[in-house]
Amino acid sequence: MDNNRLIYLDNNATTPTDPRVVEAMLPYFHQFHGNAASRNHPFGWAAEEAVDKARQQIADLIGADPREIIFTSGATESDNLALKGVYEMYSRKGNHIITLKTEHKAVLDSCKRIEKMGGEVTYLDVNDKGLVDLQALEEAITDKTILVSIMYANNETGVIQPMKEIGELCAKKGVLFMSDATQAVGKIPVHPKELGIHLMAFTGHKMYGPKGVGVLYVNRKNPRVKVTAQIDGGGHERGMRSGTLNVPGIVGMGKAAEISQNEMAEEAKRLSALRDKLEKGFVDNIEETYINGDVNNRMPHVTNISFKHVEGEGLMMTFNQNIGVSSGSACTSASLEPSYVLIALGLGDDLAHSSIRFSLGRFTTEEDIDLAIKQVTAGVQHMRDLSPIWEMYKEGIDLDAVEWSEH
Amino acid sequence: MAYSEKLLEHFKKPKNVGTLNKESKNVGTGLVGAPECGDVMRLQIEVDEESKIIKDAKFKTFGCGSAIASSSLATEWLKGKSIDEALAIDNMAIVEELALPPVKIHCSVLAEDAIKSAISDYKQKNEVEA
Repeated sequence: MDNNRLIYLDNNATTPTDPRVVEAMLPYFHQFHGNAASRNHPFGWAAEEAVDKARQQIADLIGADPREIIFTSGATESDNLALKGVYEMYSRKGNHIITLKTEHKAVLDSCKRIEKMGGEVTYLDVNDKGLVDLQALEEAITDKTILVSIMYANNETGVIQPMKEIGELCAKKGVLFMSDATQAVGKIPVHPKELGIHLMAFTGHKMYGPKGVGVLYVNRKNPRVKVTAQIDGGGHERGMRSGTLNVPGIVGMGKAAEISQNEMAEEAKRLSALRDKLEKGFVDNIEETYINGDVNNRMPHVTNISFKHVEGEGLMMTFNQNIGVSSGSACTSASLEPSYVLIALGLGDDLAHSSIRFSLGRFTTEEDIDLAIKQVTAGVQHMRDLSPIWEMYKEGIDLDAVEWSEH
Repeated sequence: MAYSEKLLEHFKKPKNVGTLNKESKNVGTGLVGAPECGDVMRLQIEVDEESKIIKDAKFKTFGCGSAIASSSLATEWLKGKSIDEALAIDNMAIVEELALPPVKIHCSVLAEDAIKSAISDYKQKNEVEA
């Protein structure tokens, strides 16, 4: 085994574009370069046709009507459009939005902006598994509530929320349900109509498509949902998102959707087996290892693990010359705050600082997993040999009773 | 973020990792930082009874690569120094030596704190006026 082989286990950050996707995109840079909005010549027609095909491919993946697919630049923009667009569009009905503390920053920061604009936002806690409390959600809904925004699967832990139950609750209460499904679409079956989701954000580059293209699904019937455009211009995308369509990107995302739909079932099975092998490799070999989040409701390709008394960023440095992962430790950020998602799960700051997220993907092999187990285990060993708190823990000292000099 | 060769060397092959007998009169121990903040340094010095020169220094650090490298470097610098010379070690010298990026300067501050804390512990044990 080549120990210096590059291993990518950070697929929740971004996925490599599938070569089949790249191939589908290439003709749309030069050969078919037209503007999809140019309705009066064959260059435009070719582009429009390609966009229509991609729209259908994406609609098929999520069981939607192609007219419900609004193209954007990515999930961050889709989240912004959904939240701010609903807030503006439904301002006469109410000004209250409910979301979770573990949402992606694109949702949380949009909500903060809405608060500045005069809206009210409730940020619900999650339980120690990372799941929403449905009763708390129901109690939070008031007659001013216009939208509930709850992510499908968490980016850090992979934990999947009870979407169907949330959808039913929103339907019962007559409020719109929006979901950031960035980490779920293309990897597990996601059907907004079956779940009562009215708006859903996702992106190309987390499903083996290109960066720079995303979608906001907007429910068309029962209820007919509308969002106020946040980018003004030529009135593209049914007036909800202006701007010349990114034709090669859209073609790529369409192809990525088609591939995902065909290969999803088998791929999810393969990845969950590899993920379980990775977890077992750590749990069996390394004491004081904790898996974060609900292991019964999570994405097949993700695991978030804390190696107690080892600082995550330091640990990463033992193997990051060839293995790419993410850490919930934020030693590089000026704030020094560890992951707010893990803190919301009730992890102590120390365990949050000790966490590593491994996210597998289509191009992950069993050899990758074997080598990752070997190198990460060696890294944890190295870091524990160096760790004063591991030594204290081993001597039976109660670390909570120590008076630390916080800085 | 690209780290300097020196930093990586101290991280991968840290010098003076270990534990001195903290009960010994000649050993000063400094424990700074907190697990909640993501770094804890324990730095120890052993002072020669006759010459009052630091003859050994050991550390263990829970933290990122820069924290580990900073403490490893600090122990290297401490050996052979008098107490007064050790007290003069400035965190910016560590920053310079390891080419720490701005977000990692706190690691060098922690190392300086650890040195001062270890010396103060030694002085307390030996009733030297601080």
